[in-house]
Amino acid sequence: MAEQELVFTESELEEIEKIKAKFPTAKAATLQVLWVAQRKFGHVKPEVQVLVADTLGLPHSHVHGVASFYTQYYKEEMGKYVLDVCTCLTCQICGGYEILDHLEKKLGIERGDTTEDGMFSLKEVECLGACGYAPMLQVSNEMYVNNLTPEKVDDLIDSLRAGNMPEFESMAMPQHKKRNAG
Amino acid sequence: MSKDWRSYEPLLIPDIPNLHKIDVYEQNGGYSALRNVLNDQDTWSRENVVNEVKEANIRGRGGAGFNAGLKWSFMPKPDGGPRYLACNGDESEPGTFKDRAIFEYNPHIFIEGAIIAAYAMTVDTIYVYLRGEYIAWVRMLQEAIDAAYEKGYLGKNILGKKGIDIDMHVAYGAGAYICGEETSMLESLEGKRGYPRIKPPFPAQKGLWGRPTTINNIETLSNVPLVINNGAEWYKNIGAETHPGPILYGISGHVNKPGVYELPSGVPVMDLINEVAGGIRGGKKFKALIPGGSSTPVLRADQLEDVTMDADSLRTAGSMMGTAGMVVMDEDTDMVDVLWRISHFYRHESCGQCTPCRDGTGWLEKVLLKIRNGEGEIKDLDLLLDITTMMEGRTICALADAAAWPVRHTINRFRDEFEARCKKSVHAIA
Repeated sequence: MAEQELVFTESELEEIEKIKAKFPTAKAATLQVLWVAQRKFGHVKPEVQVLVADTLGLPHSHVHGVASFYTQYYKEEMGKYVLDVCTCLTCQICGGYEILDHLEKKLGIERGDTTEDGMFSLKEVECLGACGYAPMLQVSNEMYVNNLTPEKVDDLIDSLRAGNMPEFESMAMPQHKKRNAG
Repeated sequence: MSKDWRSYEPLLIPDIPNLHKIDVYEQNGGYSALRNVLNDQDTWSRENVVNEVKEANIRGRGGAGFNAGLKWSFMPKPDGGPRYLACNGDESEPGTFKDRAIFEYNPHIFIEGAIIAAYAMTVDTIYVYLRGEYIAWVRMLQEAIDAAYEKGYLGKNILGKKGIDIDMHVAYGAGAYICGEETSMLESLEGKRGYPRIKPPFPAQKGLWGRPTTINNIETLSNVPLVINNGAEWYKNIGAETHPGPILYGISGHVNKPGVYELPSGVPVMDLINEVAGGIRGGKKFKALIPGGSSTPVLRADQLEDVTMDADSLRTAGSMMGTAGMVVMDEDTDMVDVLWRISHFYRHESCGQCTPCRDGTGWLEKVLLKIRNGEGEIKDLDLLLDITTMMEGRTICALADAAAWPVRHTINRFRDEFEARCKKSVHAIA
């Protein structure tokens, strides 16, 4: 991959100004601007943290402290798709580990690793708040994929390889007859 | 309970297609509570709104179960400076997945409730904090907020009323369970690491940026329009007497129909499992329940006869209501494995500020791993119980308690299973 120049574009700087306007201090925008940076660069490695700090006029140490505290920020380069497999409590008792094992075999990597072609990173994560739809995983901090089976996982991998992100799956409230009919 | 739960019609998330759209919400009576309050500020003075909500006894749905109106009344008198309402949509207690249903299906009932709360407490800025993983729901909520601004329910001179200026902003985290702890959430909103703060000072005195702040759960605030529209007396007649109102039950685990169900408080636990959620899947036997998220003590099936889902009944049974995130476990569930995984979670999520929690959660996980792998001894069970007493009540926030309770109660309630996994002690007395 060609080295990407570490700068924010005009439109990104505008977005950052809008974020800053929500809060009385620039510091408060730290988490949200780290997100802007991660969406652009795919990670928030130390040089990206410096860019965020300088853009907000904050000490580098502060931004590093925040980036290192929160697990969703990638402190290293990850695969094109990051698969966060939940194995916590309900997902554990409903087969989350079986899904994780299946993915390890399928992708030929262990949890925590990235495939050689740079396509997939596999992670074991804590509860994602989808317990009714266990086991489940999240793709690249975006969409949830619910009620997983090995077959559903295989289909997901195929469609990601083809470049298709999963669509949002609305998990209906079982009580709702009218809504569920529509 | 005054009425059978079977005839209950959902109020927080009624079965109306496209209710997330502001026009549909309005057509179904939405924003009438806010309208009534602002159009008749003599009847609905700020103080009267607080009193009505206090009287309704909406108990916080984030886990603590504290009377929301009473919490509002702790806000000091306005001094002209900024005042905040911070809405907690972090929802990261394992077993909990209810607030996202509000963001998805009826975001405006929450927005309306939050605006009424802000009016009642003379708050000028509302922050809604969601967990970063909920990015899809962040976007849905933002759309709803944008629509509310367009209709004049947010912003300057709300509904044309001079001087009623309330803004609402969404912020989101980036993966940290601790940010659901209220003061940690304030730190995160200020753009920092999510380290819980020492109380006092309480957030009502010194919250966001040192200013008066109230923190309420998303579901809690969603109850407010119901109270304003129908009155506290009506509200108190829904469900359990000491814990009234609708509840979003999140039922997960080994049931046939897991999901979020809206029913009154106080529904018998066994009805929720067997009727509402369709019973234990695969025809297996029911073994245990975690009633309100991972920190609430597990109950054995034989402890649940006649227990209802409300704070009092669950306390008597030996647990807590928590977030009403019910994790149902069948007879094949390995309690040693479950407890190890819960302890792994708390070790992972301890922020590391306080030694009893930072070290204690690590000890709990390691000793449980040893037992799980068949390397433990009976004395390790007592060691675990010892560690819990050295953690509980000795830290800044309740994460240490949340980690300690499941260990203590799961061992006590399934002691035979834990002993069976231990090696015969070489120190045993002949």
